[in-house]
Amino acid sequence: MAFYSTNEFKGGLKIMLDGDPYSIVENEFVKPGKGQAFNRVRIRNLKTGRVIEKTFKSGDTVEAADVHDTDMQYLYNDGEEWHFMHQESFEQMTAGEAAVGEAAKWIKENDICKVTLWNGAPLSIEPPNFVVLKIIETDPGVRGDTSGGGGKPATLETGAVVRVPLFVQTDELIKVDTRTGEYASRAKD
Amino acid sequence: MPRTESDVPGDWRPSARLTAIQARAELYARIRGFFSASGVLEVETPILSRSAVTDPALSSLSTQVAIAGFGSGRPLYLQTSPEFAMKRLLATGTGPIYQICKVFRDEERGRRHHPEFSLLEWYRPGWDYGRLMDDVGALVRLALDRPAMPVERVTYRDLFRDGLGLDPWHAGIAQLREAAGRAGLRGLDGLELDRDGWLDLLLTQCLEPGLGQGRLTFLCDYPPSQAALSRVRTSGEVAVAERFELYIDGVELANGFGELVDVGEQRARFQADLALRRAQGRPEPPIDEFLLDALDHGMPECAGVALGLDRLLMIATGAESIDAVLSFAIERA
Repeated sequence: MAFYSTNEFKGGLKIMLDGDPYSIVENEFVKPGKGQAFNRVRIRNLKTGRVIEKTFKSGDTVEAADVHDTDMQYLYNDGEEWHFMHQESFEQMTAGEAAVGEAAKWIKENDICKVTLWNGAPLSIEPPNFVVLKIIETDPGVRGDTSGGGGKPATLETGAVVRVPLFVQTDELIKVDTRTGEYASRAKD
Repeated sequence: MPRTESDVPGDWRPSARLTAIQARAELYARIRGFFSASGVLEVETPILSRSAVTDPALSSLSTQVAIAGFGSGRPLYLQTSPEFAMKRLLATGTGPIYQICKVFRDEERGRRHHPEFSLLEWYRPGWDYGRLMDDVGALVRLALDRPAMPVERVTYRDLFRDGLGLDPWHAGIAQLREAAGRAGLRGLDGLELDRDGWLDLLLTQCLEPGLGQGRLTFLCDYPPSQAALSRVRTSGEVAVAERFELYIDGVELANGFGELVDVGEQRARFQADLALRRAQGRPEPPIDEFLLDALDHGMPECAGVALGLDRLLMIATGAESIDAVLSFAIERA
């Protein structure tokens, strides 16, 4: 089992706390003129996404979390789980709903996703920043409106609903920014 | 993910702007002018020593030299402050002395901490620590070019009583932990500290930020368990350490003492520090026998103070991080 001393704390370091993996968001070293030093940290629970504060005595050690990111190709969903494949080792893994979370709204077969592994199993899935998806349903736009001010809802092939400009029609491909969930542009196949 | 300083790749360029480098030169000139005008002698003492500070809260760096008499891998320690050597000078009758020097503390890095930093340390034989606080106030107001900046003194006990409603001399660990929770500190479960550790947490997290707002605040008269190298006297029904710290804008700038000159008491404190280090499984550096010999010979009653010059420059230049006043922060060293 690996351990980190508080001296090694910095943003992005992955540690274990109460059985859950956390990522350090912010680390502040605090020390009085004479006396005990502290590390006050803000840490993100990698399972729930919740950010909490924690105070450590400087010099204490914390168990390292075996967490790392890897790119994997999304293969298919079998109705319960999402299947991914490592493109070099061809190793396949399955991720449940808790790990896939919001990414389920955006990914389709063959997309390359960032998979965060904890002890070798998928902990969370991050979709590509931009995905190209087909509109399966949207109201016909008003002729002559090309600016898209206001927009309208459109349902995409993955089930996600985004606001699109009025001139975009059913069966068209659009590019969506998955970080904001917003329409970015029309896309060609 | 916000970038932290240590993520910034090393660069040959300075961490500080030219204006901060010039501000340092100007500050040192003012300091030297101040001491020259009041007859305090500038001295220089070695950075390396065969003994080291015993304070359990400090970690010394060490090195070795390849010369006769220093064989067998015996380390030389880099000073964490020039205190011991300057006290040896005082014992020879130098009169008042000051020094501007680099000091080294391992394991300290943050927005206000850097493992190598600059200290101004000075000693006034025949003065008590109250008079020295006035001296520090005069120097800092001159250094910051703020002659009318107000000065106040707050005792450690009053600060805790007024700010947290507890008596730091008598509150137990449970009460201190409860006060930290009440003050809004989160994530304390599992934190195991001794009484002084809890007091340190409350001071740094809850009380310090309010100190020295637009003024110089001297926090003084510490609990005897935090005396460090200061004298302890009786005040009313309790013992207090003749120790002070200076704050501006919530930042601790200086630490001063009515200096302990009793050799027996000094040896006992060194040994208590080493016993604590042993219990913590931390290194036990050799005690400075030269300092004890000097105290045994006789050191004048005096008051002394160490002031962090990098932090003073941060205040003078409005810097948010110590890196902004260092020519090259350690990541670029």
